[in-house]
Amino acid sequence: MTPVLEIRGLTVDYGVGAESVRAVRAVDLTLNRGEVLGLAGESGSGKSTLAYAMLRLLSPPGVIRGGSVVYHPVDGGPVDVLTVSPAELRLLRWAEVAIVFQGAMNSLNPVHTVAAQLTDVIAAHEPGSTATGRRARARELLELVGITADRLDAYPHQLSGGMRQRVMIAMALALEPRVVIMDEPTTALDVVMQRQILAQLVALRERIGFSVLFITHDLSLLVEFSDRIAIMYGGRIVEAAPAATLYRDALHPYTAGLLGSFPALHGPRRELTGIPGSPPDLRAMPTGCAFHPRCPRAFDPCGVTSPALTAPSEGRSVACWLHEN
Amino acid sequence: MALPTVDITPVVADPVAPPGRGRRRFRFLANGKALTGLCILGAYVLFAVIGPWVAPYDPSARGDELVAGPSARHWFGTTHLGQDILSQVLVGTRSVMLVGLVAGIVATVLAVLFGVTSGYLTGVVGEILSALANVFLVIPVLLLVIIIASILGDADDLTIALVIGATAWPWSARVLRAQTLSLRRRDYVEAARATGEPTWRILGFELLPNLTAVIAARFVDTVIFAVLAEIALAFIGVSGVSDWNWGTILFWAQSQQALAQGAWWWFVPAGLAIAVLGTGLALLNFGIDEFVNPRLRSVSVPGARVGLTPVVPE
Amino acid sequence: MSFLVRRLAFYLFTAWAAVTINFALPRLMPGDPVQSLIARAQGQLNTDAVASLYILFGLDKQTSVWEQYFGYLGRLLHGDLGLSFAFFPTPVAEVIGDSLPWTLALVGFTTVAAFLLGTGLGVLAGWRRGSWADLLLPVTTFLASIPYFWLGLIAIAVLAGPGGLFPASGGFDPGVVPSWDWAFIGSAVRHTLLPAATILVTSMSGWVISMRNMMVTVAAEDYITVAHAKGLSERRVMLSYAARNALLPNVSGFALQLGLIVGGTFLVEIVFSYPGVGFQLFQAVGAKDYPLLQGIFLVITLTVLAANLLADLVYVALDPRTRKEG
Repeated sequence: MTPVLEIRGLTVDYGVGAESVRAVRAVDLTLNRGEVLGLAGESGSGKSTLAYAMLRLLSPPGVIRGGSVVYHPVDGGPVDVLTVSPAELRLLRWAEVAIVFQGAMNSLNPVHTVAAQLTDVIAAHEPGSTATGRRARARELLELVGITADRLDAYPHQLSGGMRQRVMIAMALALEPRVVIMDEPTTALDVVMQRQILAQLVALRERIGFSVLFITHDLSLLVEFSDRIAIMYGGRIVEAAPAATLYRDALHPYTAGLLGSFPALHGPRRELTGIPGSPPDLRAMPTGCAFHPRCPRAFDPCGVTSPALTAPSEGRSVACWLHEN
Repeated sequence: MALPTVDITPVVADPVAPPGRGRRRFRFLANGKALTGLCILGAYVLFAVIGPWVAPYDPSARGDELVAGPSARHWFGTTHLGQDILSQVLVGTRSVMLVGLVAGIVATVLAVLFGVTSGYLTGVVGEILSALANVFLVIPVLLLVIIIASILGDADDLTIALVIGATAWPWSARVLRAQTLSLRRRDYVEAARATGEPTWRILGFELLPNLTAVIAARFVDTVIFAVLAEIALAFIGVSGVSDWNWGTILFWAQSQQALAQGAWWWFVPAGLAIAVLGTGLALLNFGIDEFVNPRLRSVSVPGARVGLTPVVPE
Repeated sequence: MSFLVRRLAFYLFTAWAAVTINFALPRLMPGDPVQSLIARAQGQLNTDAVASLYILFGLDKQTSVWEQYFGYLGRLLHGDLGLSFAFFPTPVAEVIGDSLPWTLALVGFTTVAAFLLGTGLGVLAGWRRGSWADLLLPVTTFLASIPYFWLGLIAIAVLAGPGGLFPASGGFDPGVVPSWDWAFIGSAVRHTLLPAATILVTSMSGWVISMRNMMVTVAAEDYITVAHAKGLSERRVMLSYAARNALLPNVSGFALQLGLIVGGTFLVEIVFSYPGVGFQLFQAVGAKDYPLLQGIFLVITLTVLAANLLADLVYVALDPRTRKEG
């Protein structure tokens, strides 16, 4: 298990000074080579903030207040993405770490054709490429995701939602990156389309071999699709474990609550439990553990101090007083 | 002439929840630009009211010193008839503010009526109203105003205000229509319709409160336009030259060759008065803009750039 | 291109509306306008002028309104805009024809230049938020609030007149005969510079503000973040992704602003005694020359409509969403 992306102590705020809101709190996360790491959490848990901050793509007023994001390239030493120069960052982006954005209408430039948007990134990173070469590449990429070449000169508004999402995937793979971050890639799609896209992603991963950070609020997807899963709540990682282990035996009460919120298609019928209450307001976080007001198993230390992320066993970590040694 | 901020694709603010509106109102005032704009506007309104009383002379009264520069007796100098220019500016404020505000109100009321209803009513009615408004948008309005005013002859302030208001409403109507169209699809409006709320109630209680910011911005823009139009009319000599307003001052300055005589004091104060009023109103509008669209506010995070999140260790 | 077809239909409708307004206006005024006109003209109108006035105001009892309307339309189609009072018996069309090229030159040049410069500056100001860009706002706001013509007056006082850098008035030096030779063109250009500069300064500011606001709004869109994530150069993101999209509302707004720009230009012409249509309007107002006034209104409105159509063509070229599906 060699790491390809190591995040240590990443802290992200919105705004500075008295008005600032902490969205990500000292997050530790490791993505290993060739694995699919799922990142799950409700809206407002900080997972998208984390994904964008990782590459310094967070829009103002986002500010990174601390931590490191170390990337391990194939050749050469590890680099901290947060401290490299903007020029180096630009080289690193997309060529090494790409993002599949949610393919909603707004992710594609409405005034450029599909071909233009696929080729401009190639032109930016491979200055020696020719126009014909780039266009051929664009055609290959569309083929990869199952879109016919006649769509090359189409504009985004002429494509369906599913097609746009697939264009986003094709675009992300244009430079054959080592890491692909997927931010809710299937949320805006219907279930049938969701399956197709996921199947395509699996096939592409087998073919090209990139690591994936899959961010979503839909834990059921992750259980099926990822190797390891990390759960975020209130800006913190509260649990991380291999997918099967997490599903069978969740340690953190929040994870258990999430798992109890969706029915299994197979197996005995069980009652949906859900989680009472609502996610915390980042401007007014509860004292101690962020989850304790909603936790069915909260006890004394929970409301006082925030539990640190510890490793109760090999390959697992959890931030909960129930499992502190 | 001030070109109003182009907002063809208006940014729609999130619906305002009735409680807590007071707090939002005060937050709006805390915006520096809006506050400055309001202060300037307030000063002008004040002078509009007290102008004739504080003016040291009767603006039409002739005096002995002809085309004299600024002095202790005449702060802004005198005209070719010895009239005190300061008094003319002060007294003229009333006419300008009156026309500006009346035209603004008339135009805004018409714009709300036509714009919001045409935005809310789908189908032929909406399209027809929109086409009507668009016709007036394309036709050079100032020309129309000039022609109507000159045909009417020596028109008084109220008539001018009405003419301007009647020709200026389409701009605001169009913006309001676009805004209403996008608000219409919001969930709370759909819900109101589904529960059978009568149209006039939906318009009055669901849509209008959320349109207040846009309506306010449109009103301010119309006032700016009305003031400039009125000045222009007076400058050309279309509206009566007996009432004093800043345009009339400039008319006399122009016709008496103030420039050739080097009498800069004759036309500088009037123009500055317009420019400062325009700036104040524009600032007020910026304040409203930034209130509605928080992204426009001055950036608070140092070194923030889109695409490169700053790293500021604690 | 259904978009263009619809716009064309709209412009035809507007042209018809303008023509009809022109026809209707004098007939809607209360009282007997002809008598008051004669009184105000104080005997300067001869019998021919009086008769045409009656026809103009529709008080010619011999024909019905409809006959008058279609007669009016017919005359329009032949380019007959009536006879001017102030330049009697010169036809209105000829009078306007003399001055129109000057206005077109002035407006055409300054409008395009102001749009290009203002938009360019607005792109930079909206992209690089921070000290200098945000300082630009109050300055441009103030500049945009100054009436064109007042700035013109100041400019004349400061920069022109005897011994000044620029000529104070007119379209060309007195004594130079209008013809297509360098002496005339050079003189004309020199006379156009100052009025053009005053219009440029104030109208440019308006574009700076609106482009800056649009850039700020667009910069928050997802595809900009995507463009950055792709590692594209700053310049490409700013121009090809952001400005290209931010430009769209301004292009459509540009067409709408034309009416206002024309109005402002007229005032500048008056200040500079520049021999354009605006100056003629001024003289027409002074002389109560109604046929000329109405002729000017019609010609200008139709020109603005044509310019609008042009702007629409540009918009279609820029925004693929308006074109027919694939």
